[in-house]
Amino acid sequence: MTPSKSSKFPFTWQAGFTALMFGFMYLPIVVLAVFSFNESPYSAGWKGFTWKWYEKFFSDSRILSALADSLTIAFLAVAIAAVIGTLMAVGLSRYRFPGKSLYQGVAFLPLIIPDISIAVATLVFLASIAIPLSGGLIQLSLGTVVAAHVVFCISYIALVVSTRLGNINPNLEEAALDLGATPVQAFVKVLLPELAPAIISGCLLAFVLSMDDFLISSFTAGGGTNTLPMEIFSRIRTGVKPDINALSVVLILASGLIFGAAEYIRYRSEQKRMSKP
Amino acid sequence: MSQTAMQNRRTTADTGFDVELREVFKFYGSEPAVRGIDLNIRKGEFFSILGPSGCGKTTTLRMIAGFESPSAGDLLIQGVGMNQTPPYRRPVNTVFQSYALFNHLTVAENVAFGLRLKKRSRREIEERVAESLKLVKMEKFSNRLPAQLSGGQQQRVALARALVNRPAVLLLDEPLGALDLKLRKEMQVELASLHRELGLTFVMVTHDQEEALSLSDRIGVMNQGKLEQVDTPDCIYEQPLTPFVADFIGDTNLFNGKIEGYHPNMLWVTTDRGLKMAVRPCDRGNAPTSGRVTVCVRPEKIGFSETQPTNSQVNWYEGRLRNVMYLGTHVHCQVQLQSGDYMTVRLPNNPAGIPAMDSLVYVYWPYQDCLALTSDLA
Repeated sequence: MTPSKSSKFPFTWQAGFTALMFGFMYLPIVVLAVFSFNESPYSAGWKGFTWKWYEKFFSDSRILSALADSLTIAFLAVAIAAVIGTLMAVGLSRYRFPGKSLYQGVAFLPLIIPDISIAVATLVFLASIAIPLSGGLIQLSLGTVVAAHVVFCISYIALVVSTRLGNINPNLEEAALDLGATPVQAFVKVLLPELAPAIISGCLLAFVLSMDDFLISSFTAGGGTNTLPMEIFSRIRTGVKPDINALSVVLILASGLIFGAAEYIRYRSEQKRMSKP
Repeated sequence: MSQTAMQNRRTTADTGFDVELREVFKFYGSEPAVRGIDLNIRKGEFFSILGPSGCGKTTTLRMIAGFESPSAGDLLIQGVGMNQTPPYRRPVNTVFQSYALFNHLTVAENVAFGLRLKKRSRREIEERVAESLKLVKMEKFSNRLPAQLSGGQQQRVALARALVNRPAVLLLDEPLGALDLKLRKEMQVELASLHRELGLTFVMVTHDQEEALSLSDRIGVMNQGKLEQVDTPDCIYEQPLTPFVADFIGDTNLFNGKIEGYHPNMLWVTTDRGLKMAVRPCDRGNAPTSGRVTVCVRPEKIGFSETQPTNSQVNWYEGRLRNVMYLGTHVHCQVQLQSGDYMTVRLPNNPAGIPAMDSLVYVYWPYQDCLALTSDLA
C-alpha cells in the first residue's frame, strides 16, 4: 500500500459509522444550541431566530448570583488545591518513605470514587461529626462546598503535576543547590517555573470540574448557597425553558474554551521541551 | 602549573589538597556503591575518575558535590570537613552530563543564578557573567533560551554557569558524554585550555579512557566501588597495577598463569594453556613472586615476523594470522597461537607488510615489555 493511498480517508462504511457516532455524541447539544435561539418558549417547534433568551438570563439576578457562587467556589477550591496538590505531587516524586505507594494510591483515589459517594460521605461527616464537634462553628455553607471541592481538585492537579514532574530532569534541582540555592530557593526559583505550565493546566481542568459539579455542591451547600448547576436543576424541574438552553450553551462554550486553553498550555510547554536538541 | 590558582584562592589549613577522601564508603541499603576510597586531590590538579558504568565513580563525585553523604569515612574540601555540609555551602560547582540548564531563564540569567543568590551587586554580576560567557565563547548568545542552543553550546553555558562562581573545585560529571565525537574532541581541547588558564582544581568523572588519558594530570581508576590505581596517565598505561586497569585502559593481551620461578628482575610464568614466558615483575606495590598472576602485553609492544626470531632474549611464539582489522593509522592483526590463545598485534598501516591470511607467523616481545599482575593487592 502506498503512503498516499493510505493517508487518504476511505469514504466507506467506516466514515458513515464515524458520522453516526459523532451524531450520537453531539446531536443533543446541537439541538440544545438551536433551541436556545428559538422564538417560541416551548421546545416543540421553530418560531424564528432570537437572542432574547440570552438577554433574559443575563439580566436574571438569581442566575447571576448562582454564577457568582459557582465562580467563588471554583476559584477558592482551585487556589487551595493548587498549593496542596503541587506540594503533594512534588513530595510523592521526590522523597522515599515507608507506605509511599499506599499514600500514592489514596492520593488519587478521589479520581475514581463516584461523585455521589464523595457527596454523601462529606454530608454525613459534616452533619454527624464536624458540625456537632465544632459547636456549630462549621455550618453547611459556601465554605463546606469549597472544602468538598478541594478534595477532588487536589487529585486532578496532583495528577497533572506528577506527570510533568516525571519528565523533569532530576539534576535541575541539584544544579540550583550546587549554585548556592537553599532547598526552598531551589523549589521556588527552579522547580516551580518548570512546573508552572502543568500547574496552570491542572488548575484549569479542576476549575471546569468544579464549575460543572452538581452532586457534591448540592449535598454540602447550606440554604444560602446556590451554584449554577443547582440553579439549572431546580429550574428544569418545572420544565425546560429556552433561557436554560441559552445558559447551557454558554456553559458549554466556556468549559470548552478553558479546557482548550489548558491543553494548549500543556502542549506548548511540551513543544518547548521537545525542541531542545 | 597552578600558581594563578594559589594566588586566587584564600588559603585555609594548608594540606596542599583541595579534596580529600578518607576511607569513604557509600551504601544504598545494603548495596555498597563505594567501598573504602582514600584519595587526595591536589590544588590545581586536573583529576579524572575513570571506570566502567556502575563502578561508583559518579557516586563519588556526588559525595564531593554534596548530593550524597558518605555512609562512613571523611570528606574534606580545602582541609575542611564536609560530611554534613549541604551542597549550597560547599566551595564546589558541578557541570552535569545533562547540563541541567534552567529552561525558563536566558543564558545570561542561567550564568547569573549563583551570583544573584549570593546577592552580589548588579554591576559585579553583569561584569562577571560577561567575562564568564566570553571565557566559553558564548557572549553572543546571552539572551537566548537554552532550548535555542545546540548541545555543545548548552555544555559551554553549563561550564560558564559553574565557573562564574569561582569555585575552589570544579566537578565535571561526564561533561562531554552527550556530544558527538568531533565536538567532543573540540571541547576536550577547550577544557584543557580552560584548566590551564584558570588553574582551578578540576575533578572529572568519565568512562572514556582516551579522554581521561589526554586531559588529566592524574587518573583514579575505579572498579566495583574501589580505587584500583591512582597515577599519572603514562603510569596508568605503562605500569598498570591490576589486570583490571591493564584491561580497561587501552588494548591488552592478557594471559592467566602461574609463577614457576623468579630472579630479582625476571619472573618465569607458565600460562594455563602451557606458554612459557619471561616476564618483568611489577616494580611497585607488593609485586607477586609466586602464585597465580595475569601477564599483560600491549599490542604495540609486540613484534611480528614471518621468520623465526633468533634473539633468545625475547618471548616468541608461533601462530597463524586469523584476522586483520584496518583502523586507519594502523592495523590490528589477530594471531592464533599454537596454544589456542588469540593475541592482538598492532602494526603500522603498511599493506605490503601484512602476510596472507592463515599463514604461519611469529610474535615476539622482550620480557621488559610484559608485566605480571595480580588482582588481590591486599
